Order: sequence, then C-alpha cells, then structure tokens
Amino acid sequence: MEKKHKTPAVSMNKTTVNNLITYGIVIVAFVIVQIVNATGNMSSLMTGLLVPICIYAIMAISLNLTVGILGELSLGHAGFMCVGAFTSSVFSLSTQDALPAGIRFFLAILVGAAAAAVAGILVGIPVLRLRGDYLAIVTLAFGEIIKNVVNVIYLGKDETGFHFSTKNAMDLNLSENGMVIMNGPQGITGTPKDATFLAGTILILISLVIVLNLIHSRTGRAIMSVRDNRIAAESVGINITKYKLMAFTISAALAGTAGVLYSHNLSALTATQKNFGYNQSIMILVYVVLGGIGNTRGSMIAAVILTLLPELLRGLDNYRMLIYAIVLIVMMLINWSPKCIEFRKRHSLKRLLGKKEVA
Amino acid sequence: MKKTLKKLLSLGLAVTLAASMTACSSGTANETAAEAAGTEEAADTAGTDTGASGGAVFKIGGIGPITGNNAIYGEAVQNGTQLAIDEIIAAGGINGAQVEFNFQDDEGDTEKAVNAYNTLKDWGMQLLVGAVTSAPSIAVGAESSNDNLFQLTPSGTSVDCTKFDNQFRVCFSDPAQGSASAQYIGEHKLATKVGIIYDSSDVYSSGIHDNFIAEAPNQGIEVVSDEAFTADNNTNFSVQLQKAQDAGAELVFLPIYYQQASLVLAQAQQMGYEPMFFGCDGLDGLLSVENFDTSLAEGVMLLTPFAADAQDEQTQNFVSAYEEQFGSTPIQFAADAYDAVYAIKAAAEQAGITPDMDASAICDAMKTAMTEITIDGLTGDNITWTADGEPDKSPRAVVIENGAYKAMD
Amino acid sequence: MISFISYFVNGLSLGSVYALIALGYTMVYGIAKMLNFAHGDVIMIGGYVVFTAVSTMGLPPAVGILLAVIICTVLGVTIERVAYRPLRGATPLAVLITAIGVSYLLQNLALLIFGSNPKSFTSVVTVPALKLAEGKLTISGETIVTIITCVIIMIALSMFIKKTKAGQAMLAVSEDRGAAQLMGINVDGTIALTFAIGSALAAIAGTLLCSAYPTLTPYTGSMPGIKAFVAAVFGGIGSIPGAFIGGLLLGVIENLSKAYISSQLSDAIVFGVLIVVLLVKPTGILGRKISEKV
Repeated sequence: MEKKHKTPAVSMNKTTVNNLITYGIVIVAFVIVQIVNATGNMSSLMTGLLVPICIYAIMAISLNLTVGILGELSLGHAGFMCVGAFTSSVFSLSTQDALPAGIRFFLAILVGAAAAAVAGILVGIPVLRLRGDYLAIVTLAFGEIIKNVVNVIYLGKDETGFHFSTKNAMDLNLSENGMVIMNGPQGITGTPKDATFLAGTILILISLVIVLNLIHSRTGRAIMSVRDNRIAAESVGINITKYKLMAFTISAALAGTAGVLYSHNLSALTATQKNFGYNQSIMILVYVVLGGIGNTRGSMIAAVILTLLPELLRGLDNYRMLIYAIVLIVMMLINWSPKCIEFRKRHSLKRLLGKKEVA
Repeated sequence: MKKTLKKLLSLGLAVTLAASMTACSSGTANETAAEAAGTEEAADTAGTDTGASGGAVFKIGGIGPITGNNAIYGEAVQNGTQLAIDEIIAAGGINGAQVEFNFQDDEGDTEKAVNAYNTLKDWGMQLLVGAVTSAPSIAVGAESSNDNLFQLTPSGTSVDCTKFDNQFRVCFSDPAQGSASAQYIGEHKLATKVGIIYDSSDVYSSGIHDNFIAEAPNQGIEVVSDEAFTADNNTNFSVQLQKAQDAGAELVFLPIYYQQASLVLAQAQQMGYEPMFFGCDGLDGLLSVENFDTSLAEGVMLLTPFAADAQDEQTQNFVSAYEEQFGSTPIQFAADAYDAVYAIKAAAEQAGITPDMDASAICDAMKTAMTEITIDGLTGDNITWTADGEPDKSPRAVVIENGAYKAMD
Repeated sequence: MISFISYFVNGLSLGSVYALIALGYTMVYGIAKMLNFAHGDVIMIGGYVVFTAVSTMGLPPAVGILLAVIICTVLGVTIERVAYRPLRGATPLAVLITAIGVSYLLQNLALLIFGSNPKSFTSVVTVPALKLAEGKLTISGETIVTIITCVIIMIALSMFIKKTKAGQAMLAVSEDRGAAQLMGINVDGTIALTFAIGSALAAIAGTLLCSAYPTLTPYTGSMPGIKAFVAAVFGGIGSIPGAFIGGLLLGVIENLSKAYISSQLSDAIVFGVLIVVLLVKPTGILGRKISEKV
C-alpha cells in the first residue's frame, strides 16, 4: 500500500503496481540476503536453505496456477518435480565432460522444464476431463506412478551409448568405462551442484513473470472464466480443454524447473515418499492454501515461511514435528476460519475498503 | 489487501517461534553439559567443569532420522552415540578435552539432512557421526568433503557413502554383505534353490540384493524366485512368499529390515510355508520387537557383525547400559554408532588433535589416523580401516535358537 | 490354478481391510464433504489402544476393542470440534490442509508416546484358518473375520441411514446442507455424529488391520489410509456399498498384479487401473452421476 502512495503521479493500474510489488519483494529479499552474506552474518543453515527456499517458492507459484487460477485440485505436483529432477540430472551427468558448467546448467533447466511439460500434457489430456475430488485423486495416482516407475529404471552410459534396463544395474551390460547414471531405487548420485541462489532467484522471477502475465492476459481471463463458471465459459465459445491443458502444462513445466534446482542442489537424488511422493505434493498444496488460493505472492511467502519453520524449530528436539503440526493447524484456523476472518474484519475496518488483489 | 494482515499474523507467529527457538537451542547445549556433569559425578571422578566452560571441548555432531518412517534407526544411532559419549565424558574425554554431542533430525530425507548438517556447522561441529541412512549420507558427504569435515557414518551402507576421502563407515557396504551372504550359503551348502524377498525402494536392501544375484551363480545357487516390495506396500507379503513356495525355494533370503521380516515370518507361518530364512544385519532387532512371538524366528540365520545377546563382556555391558538408559534392547545401528564414537576417540588420540584446531585441520589429521587404528568394537574385533573408508571386519553368522542368537561356524 | 485362487483370496483379505477403512472415509466424505486425511491416523491410534490394553495391561481383547472404540470416538469428535468445525463455510481445501495438520499431529504424538520401535500386534482373532484343497489353500481366520465384519458394518450402516431419524438427517445434510438446516436439522450435531461413527469404525479397522498384518508403528495408518481413500474413490466416494466393492477390488488387483506382472510396480498398476476406471466412469463404480445445473 505504501508504494501506491509514493507513486500517485504515475498512473499505473492496480495490477501492475501489485505485480511490481511482488517482483520487488523477491529482488529486495535477494539483495538483503546478498548484503547479509557479504558481511558474513549468514549462518550455514540459512546459506544452505536459500536454494530450497527458491525451489519451494517456485513450486508454490506453479501449483497456485493449477489450484488458484485454473481451479483444479492437484495432489500429484511433486511428480512433475520428480520428472524435471531426474531428466535434468541424467542430462547433466551425461554431458558432464562435454559442456562447461554454466551452459550445462542452463540447458539442464530447459531439459527438465520440457520433460515436465511433456509429462504435464500426457497427464493433463486424460485427467482434465475429470472434476473436483476425482481429478485430485487421479493426479495423486499419477504422482505415485511416476515415482514408482522412476524407481525401476536403470540407465547407464558407455562408449556405445545409453543402456537401459528395468531389472538391475548388472543387466545394463556396461563396458569397463561405463557409468551407471540411474541406479533404480538408489537413484542418481553425483549430480553436479550447479544450483545457486542467484539461479534460484532468477527462476523465481521468470516463473512470476510467466504466471502474472498469464493471469492478466486474455488467456488468463479465459482460464479464470473456466474456473468460475465452466458452463458459461463454454457457452461463450471458450475452448475449455485447450485453456485447461495450457495452464496445467505451464504449471508442470515450472514444477519441472523446481525439480532441476532440487536435483542440482543435492548430490544424492532418490525418489522417495518424502521428496516426490504425495506427502510432498500435499506440502506444496499447504503453501498455496495458506498463502491464499489464487494469490501468487501469498503462496510464495507461505512457502518461504513453511520451509524455514521446521528448521527454526530444531531447538525443540523431539517436539519439533509436533509443534510444527500444531502451528500448521493454528495458522489454518487463523487464516481460514470464517469466525477469525470476521473478527479481523471488525478490527480492521480500514482494510475492508481494499479489495481482493487477484481473484 | 486484507490478506496482508493474514501474512503479518503468520509472519508474527513464525518470528515468535523463531525467537523462542533460539532460547531453546542454547538450552539444549546447556542440557548436554549438565548431563555430562551429572554422569561425571556418578562416575565419581574429579568434579571438573565440563562443557559448561565452552572453550576446550570437542564438538561432535550426529545426523539421522528421529521422526518419519526410518525413526527406529535414527533413534538407535542417537542413543548409541549418546551412550558412548557419556562414557567418554565420564572417563575424562578425548586427549584430556571434554566432548559435546548434538544430534539433528533429518527425517530420512536428503534435503533435510543437508539442513541438519548446516545447523550442526553453525553450532561449531568438528566431527560428524552420520548420517544414518544411505541417501542422506551421500548428500551430506558432498557438503562435508567440500568443508573438509571428518564424517564417519555408522550405518550408511551404499558404496557412495565413502566416496570422498573424508568419509568413513563402521558398517559393511552393500556389496560386501550381498556377496558374503551368497558365499556363506554356497560354502555351507545351505541350499541350492533360493528365493529372495527384498525392498526395491530401499537403497540398503536393493544394494545387497543386486550383489547377491551377481554372486549367486558362482556359488552354485539358483535364484528361483526374486520378488520385491516397496516402502508403500510393505505389510502384505503373501504373494512373494507364495511365489517362493511355488518355485520350490528351500531358503528364502531376506536382505531387509527386521520390521518387515517379522511380518514375512508371521505370514509364512500363516500359510504353512517353512523354508530356511537367511538375512543380513538388518534382521538384527527381530527378537526385540515388542510382543513379537519369537518362536516364529526359530531357525532364522543372519549374517551380522553384532548380536545383542552375544556373551562377551563388552556387548553385555553395552546392552545392559543401553537398556537401563533407554528402556529398549539395542539393535545393530546402536552398536555401529557406539563403535563409531570409539573409533573417533581412538583416531583422535592417535592423531593427537585438540579442540582448538579447526574442523579442516582435524579432518586432515583424522584421515591418516583412521587408517592406523585398530579397535575392538561391538561389531567386530580388530577392526581396521582402509583409506577408502571401508572397515575391515568379518561378519558373524548366527542362528536363532530357542529365542536367542547362537553363533554358527 | 490353486495358486491363482490363493492369490485371489489373499487379495480379498487385503481388500477387506481396505474396504473397512474406506467405509469410514466414504461416510465422512458423503456427509461432511471433506477428505479426512487424518482417518488413517485414527486407525493407528485405535491399534495402539488395543495393543496397550491387551498386550501391556493384559485385558481381554473384547475390552481392548471396546476401549479403542470409545477412545477413537472421543478423539474423532474432538478433532472435528477443534480443527474442522471452525472452518465450516471456508473453502474445502482449507479443511483438507487442516486434516493433514491433524494427521501430522497424531503421528508425532504417537511417536512421542509410543516411540518409533515397531510393536508386534497379537491378533485378536481366534477363528481358526480354513484349509481347503488338501491344505494347499489356506484362508486365515483374520480374512474371514474381516470380510464378515465388513459386510455386517456395511449392512448396519445402510440400515442406519435408511431407517433411523439420525440417518435420514445425515442423508439430508449430505444432499443439501443449507436446506437441511432450514428444515430444522442440527447440522453440526449430525456431522459430529458422522465423525463419531467414522472414528468408531476406524478403531475396529485398526484392530483388524493390525491383526492381519501384525506390526504397529506411528506410521501404520498412513499408507492403508491413502489406499483406502483410493478404494473409496474407486467405488464412488460417498457410496457405502461402493467403498466395500472398491476396497475388495483394489486388494485383488494389487495382489494379482504383484503375482503376475511385477511386484515392484504393483502400486503403479493399481493406480493405473484407478485412472482408467475414472476415465470410463468419472464418478467411480457406484458413484452417482452428478447432474449439471446450468
């Protein structure tokens, strides 16, 4: 709000200002982090958390597109992250000697995003015919299938090219200098650690540009009309399937990008319930709901808070996850309970005048 | 903009928590020191001021899952390490300096493991016991090798857990266990037709499985049924058992953990299938599952470096101390962790390191010292380490008879 | 052939446990229109109560089950009162997330109270196993009891909803909450009752789940919970016979795909079948067709 008062002369419309604030928050956060880092006040924990924060912020932005803008509940978003993570890791490992780090990482991001987008289309075509909780359960099913399938893939590389098997690493028949890239459930080890906070921030900004521009474009309005009233949208000639699939695919591609950051941040990549299972998908959904469904900036901030929270709670030892669960419930109640909302409204009349940012 | 308020509320909440936490973290450190002092009094040694002074203490960190599906293993390592550390504190520390211990949860996840590692680094960790499971160990390894911080994993079995020269391990690696099992079965002519049930979503289990399969033909073993299960589907083994039975397997190889094994045994009995069962160190703990009908485990063989009811004095002392302090029977993970601490102590004494050295200098000294020490641990006598980080010890084959382990030859 | 029948029967056994859990899921969904992700964890609590009562305190199994039913009912109603009711009127997603929070809470509470070590559950079922085809085919007592219990509960529930006033109130609330309220039905009370019944069922499901697969950890309930949720959707969520059929089908498909296709990919196959079923019949096997209002 302050920003708006500062720039009354420039007649920018409200959404532009709003978007600029969102970009501004990311850039200011980045600058602050850089300053703190430069003065040496950054703890190792915080330094280590920078990239994960970016990853989950992107995931939140991406899922918000599906849940908030498209209005479809997806419980398998981590599956797309998984696709992006594994494809990009395979790419990076197999071109490790051929390409310099910068270009390789750039290409890896493209590969990961593209692969996730393809997965998004493949999943989207059948899934988007369904509605509501049925769609949710099918996305959950797809997420689990992706995770399950990744765990039986063995992939190796030697002079003669790639070898593939679903049995075990010996079955690849690699030559002496061959390298096992994907080792079934043992996953991929040794992915170069290319992900940096700078790259993460840039990717957040790109995701924001894509999503915010999409929302405020003709396409975005079409997508939202599908969300708000499908039949009415259809009756005015909006091609529902096309717009749904488009939003879903973009969302998947962004999740794939987050996956690339994920796999290039850790040297061990395995597909487990914890990182790519429904638990993770739900966790990302938590960011979106807590941050405000349809509110891109809010979900981004919620992602940051909830990524930091369990780490900050470490001092509580055994009670850590218990307290985390309680905090989660309390935050949900405060944010969503009609009584609480009413209470807040009564006690902040002024804010009643403001309207919803992105609805 | 009503959402701003929401955000502020959430933020406020987070900040309050963060603030309360800082208080808590310092509390934990004090606790350790207090505990240390307590143990020392009990041991009736000179009442020096340990830990509390904060200056000359070795800071040993630990990482493992104490929540989530793998919590049993993390808890065992945490307890085993704590026990050894308490003993060392009571005995006057390492090289005359006291030790402090801080254990962080990784939930069995690579990302959380790196967070835990960074938390410990902020705390001032100089030596690391961890992580407990393989993938987190590998992920932490990339960080610790970068920082040149000494890492000794008690139980990370995957080959890559000792990829860098600052990494050592106490347990056997997967290949070692897989081929050792096949060799044992082959040499003792236990069976020629073998069925396998393994956890394909678990690094430990599938690692052993792959190496067993590779070694089996050399030992004249025919693998007649090779069935997997996954972490999401690990309670119903009727199909896997029946396939083994239909294929005529005389022995079922179980390179899995004891929790699932207890179910496999119960279900095999339900369906009236009675093959020999053979497992690796993951099966240790089977007999101490609360309320488990130990008659089901009768005749189960396992290749393990540690058995909680071994008769030697060291093991017995360890087990009774552990039971007294934590109220449960230690499993092999606890023993590995206990040995890890004593290996660190031995190497630290060999290298003559002092707490005022920085982590990197300590690591350099430890790397050499680890290869020079020999310890008699719970998980083997005369354990030595190679520069690759692998321990040199021999597994013992035990068989469960009358509800207790009995050594085989 | 014998082995096929055996796989099939074992699948039924697994499926009957899913079905029992799915009944609780589907009931709460039908009436409160929310996915109660904490249902699996209430099952786990039920398991621990029976374990503590029977194995630790030495009470007879019947008393243990009764205790579990009482504790789970109280727990379910409390959860509904504290965590879900304040969110009535908010978006269903908010309730879903809160349910997940409750699920984490219960898991971590159990972790703190009972520890992470698995407990071996003593089966409360005393029915002997049925041996057929000269002992080649064994149907365990647990399977028989679970299926019978499941059928009884299904019939009882259907009767309850059809014949009693409270049941009719539930039906009315599930049809149209606003209209039900206007007709003088105590919506809050009805939903609380639904949670009470659902949680009591969870206690029974927990006992039978742990009897059939005798291990108990704080995470015992989560995977069967998700599978049962899938089963409920499979059968048409909200439909009581649908949950039963969905559960059995899921168990059989899972076991047969494990036996004949791949034991590693059985979950993927189950989910694949689910997707195909939903694409052909978008509201599940017995789900009602939703008419579109224009």
